[in-house]
Amino acid sequence: MTLLPGLLYLADTTLILSHRNSEWCGHGPVLEQDIAISNMSLDLIGQCRNFYQYAADLQGNGATEDSMAYLRTGREFKNLLAELPKGDWGFTTLRQYLFSQFQYLQFRQLSKHKDERLAAIAAKSFKETTYHLRWSREWVIRLGDGTAESHARMAAALKEMWPYTGEMFMTAQPDEALGLNLAMLQQEWEQEVKQVFGEAKLDMPHGVFMHSGGKSGRHTEHLGFILAEMQYMQRAYPGCEW
Amino acid sequence: MHFNLRIFRYGDIPEDKSGGELQQSASTKNDWPLWEVFIRSKQGLDHKHVGSLHAADAQMAIENARDVYTRRMEGVSIWVVESKHVHASLPEEAGSLYDPAQDKIYRHPTFYDLPDEVNHM
Repeated sequence: MTLLPGLLYLADTTLILSHRNSEWCGHGPVLEQDIAISNMSLDLIGQCRNFYQYAADLQGNGATEDSMAYLRTGREFKNLLAELPKGDWGFTTLRQYLFSQFQYLQFRQLSKHKDERLAAIAAKSFKETTYHLRWSREWVIRLGDGTAESHARMAAALKEMWPYTGEMFMTAQPDEALGLNLAMLQQEWEQEVKQVFGEAKLDMPHGVFMHSGGKSGRHTEHLGFILAEMQYMQRAYPGCEW
Repeated sequence: MHFNLRIFRYGDIPEDKSGGELQQSASTKNDWPLWEVFIRSKQGLDHKHVGSLHAADAQMAIENARDVYTRRMEGVSIWVVESKHVHASLPEEAGSLYDPAQDKIYRHPTFYDLPDEVNHM
């Protein structure tokens, strides 16, 4: 089976999350954290470029990383439901944590993949993700176990976001393409998250309905707006460069 | 009774003559203390002062320093010290502290005849 759907899933997810985090650039709560979240956006852009370049090579027909990012429609995007608006700082850091925790375990599996190029990209990205995980975990604990207001905001963010986390572990075409062991990923992820939530004084939700569809191209209404903003220039002025 | 305390910290460069920052009630974001950052650029070299930043605690200070000061491969190790723990000599005392060394040229080892074989002294 070709890796292509799996690569697009990895690339699209990191691109969309990067875009959301980049919206903090110039608006972070303090200068140092503004730089931190912008650095992280750049890391994610770097990761998505590597995946898109590989995907473009597999696809052929003149595809490039740019055509992959700028000329595909919403239904063709296979990202996890990472397109939710950035919310407050608590929402952003919680999403980054839940995703980084997942990505950390996912890249660890992929770095042993028999495909050498994929394994090399995963190994490189793993280091970056290790830092994202450390940084975002700090924030979840700091805010969850912080003031009454910060705790209430984290609890609200968790309630809103949790239904979108289930799809990470629902097998779909991209996971099969990548040969991921999702059952193992889920077990490790829940164990880690539970421990961090314990420190953050947040309750692990149970028995919540989980959304799905991102991996097969069915997204929330927010994705269209991101793509409209991101793809506008290439759509309006095809091939433009600056 | 209400007092406005002015807290002076090393690194504060006040615009107004009174200087220092006004101590405010808790929970404004400016409450985060200032930290001095030292970076070791490679193994075997000293940590050098590179600047300062705000952070809520030491852990955050190290992470902030990593993001602000090492993003272009400037370092392999970071120290942070809360600025209030740095004690500085007073500028007014510069005369008594440093000027007396000016006419003590004999403290420089420039009066020895060195053999030609010794380079780089």
